[in-house]
Amino acid sequence: MSLSKEDVQRVSLLARLKLSDDELTTMTEQLGQIVSYVDKLSELDTEGVEPMAHALDLTNALVDDEPHESLPQEKALQNAPNSDDECFRVPAVLGE
Amino acid sequence: MQNTMIDLSATSLLAKLQSGEVSSEEVTTAFLGRINAVESRVGAFLKVNSESALQAAQAVDEKRRSGTPLGKLAGIPIAVKDILCTEGEATTCGSRMLENYVPPYNATVVEHLLASDAIVIGRTNMDEFAMGSSTENSAYKPTCNPWDLERIPGGSSGGAAACLAAAMTPLSIGTDTGGSIRQPAALCGIVGLKPTYGRVSRFGLVAFASSLDQVGPMATTVEDTALLLETIAGHDQRDSTSAKIDVPQYTASVNSPLENLTIGVVPSHYQDGLDTEIESSVKEAIRVYESLGATIKEIEMPHAQYGIATYYIIAPCEASGNLARYDGAHYGYRTDRQTMLDELAEEANQTDGAGESPLVRMYRKSRSEGFGSEVQRRVMLGTYALSEGYYDAYYLKALKVRRLIRADYDAAFDQVDCILGPVTASPAFRRGEKTNDPLAMYLEDLYTVNANLAGVAGISLPCGLTSENLPIGLHLQAAPFQEEKLLQVANMYQSATDWHTRRPEIQ
Repeated sequence: MSLSKEDVQRVSLLARLKLSDDELTTMTEQLGQIVSYVDKLSELDTEGVEPMAHALDLTNALVDDEPHESLPQEKALQNAPNSDDECFRVPAVLGE
Repeated sequence: MQNTMIDLSATSLLAKLQSGEVSSEEVTTAFLGRINAVESRVGAFLKVNSESALQAAQAVDEKRRSGTPLGKLAGIPIAVKDILCTEGEATTCGSRMLENYVPPYNATVVEHLLASDAIVIGRTNMDEFAMGSSTENSAYKPTCNPWDLERIPGGSSGGAAACLAAAMTPLSIGTDTGGSIRQPAALCGIVGLKPTYGRVSRFGLVAFASSLDQVGPMATTVEDTALLLETIAGHDQRDSTSAKIDVPQYTASVNSPLENLTIGVVPSHYQDGLDTEIESSVKEAIRVYESLGATIKEIEMPHAQYGIATYYIIAPCEASGNLARYDGAHYGYRTDRQTMLDELAEEANQTDGAGESPLVRMYRKSRSEGFGSEVQRRVMLGTYALSEGYYDAYYLKALKVRRLIRADYDAAFDQVDCILGPVTASPAFRRGEKTNDPLAMYLEDLYTVNANLAGVAGISLPCGLTSENLPIGLHLQAAPFQEEKLLQVANMYQSATDWHTRRPEIQ
């Protein structure tokens, strides 16, 4: 399966990345190579094989229902690029 | 005294500390002196904690004098990979994105180290977000292989391995998602163990691929590796994927050889592409085990050849989700607001219409400026593989092949105690040699990724030197939660050979 520049452009929006024209060209070429390599898997018959999402067969890892301290607001905001006393500040979503 | 101290194992240093022959302050001073002497050439650390390490060492000495009970690693210096959150200390993950990120909490592994009274001497360099096999993807600097400064130390735990090889610390913590502990351990001539998935808590480990990531011990001897694993392993309520399985006393059994040991070897490991000197060193290691009474049995791992393809679908898919959190809003790097708004205004003039919202543009620019090219490549790959119309062909297919790879291991461990083979196909390569060929770099993980996909335990230990004086690693793998056996088997080899005692002369 080969990738076009338009495919890569579309994926870059989904991935919330912004590529320059040069980066787009290189990325298209490199992703194309990697994707054709991983296509190697299509030669294997996996009919009826149960997918394995995880190495440990754990289900319902429950924790004790005990109250404990959570991260205080001040600490949760300490690394924010922009915040006021109680909120993360970001550019306007619906225009200025 | 100082020169000899830095050549001792953590286990020997502990004995000297306990007997009162040396103080932790002296030990820490000796390793800081070594860092001072060679770090400018090796570049293993992103940060060296000279002052706080000495203070911590003095505090441990004081506790010892006053008879206060001490932890397992009391007074021993240790380096921590810059991927484990440490409260109040910048944790960059080798990325510009997290250059100024100061975690408000400690990773569980860091808490274990502090509780053990270890002296955290510094934070080690790594490939950005642990994505890479050479430490060249660090946003800050490359790390040099102490055996040949022109060469890479491996990765992503390249700093963690190089600081051990250069005797700047006796213990080090790494992480392994596809080989990131074992490959640098092999290329730097030290010991590195990737525990079974679930053996060590991932709480506070900056996530790359959550179903594959494991934290593990790195050291210069198997005995020290056992000691460090014993310190960091165990169930953690804060990591729901950590296993509720008791941690054995690895140090109590590590010196007991196993009787009736059966070792599996895989003929396909020795096909084209494996360096001939590595092949002969690994085969020599097989003879060592035979001489120790082990039975060698040929086994097949028919799906091993699909490991890299499977890994480079699953790991990027998980990474694309995990790294979605770096949005420039909550923490980490954010693009310059005015430049971004100017850019949008200019685009609106040109296209005469509504463009992207400032918020979306902020996300996109923050991420593209904050992430390096390998991270962006993997986020793109994962996003593509998970996007509409491709999910079944890539992600679901890879999960099915993962099951087949695990089944190969289950069948093998019905017949053998351990699987033995090479860690890497070639010794350390020169810096820059593979930077423009991502696929060639990915193939570095050929022999290591399957252990992560299947969730089994693996260890790399030194088993030779090439004619160019570059280290060769021996790979041993054991069934899930069989670290005790793995360490015993590895220590049998170290007791019979002296490769682990070789140290580079740093030019």
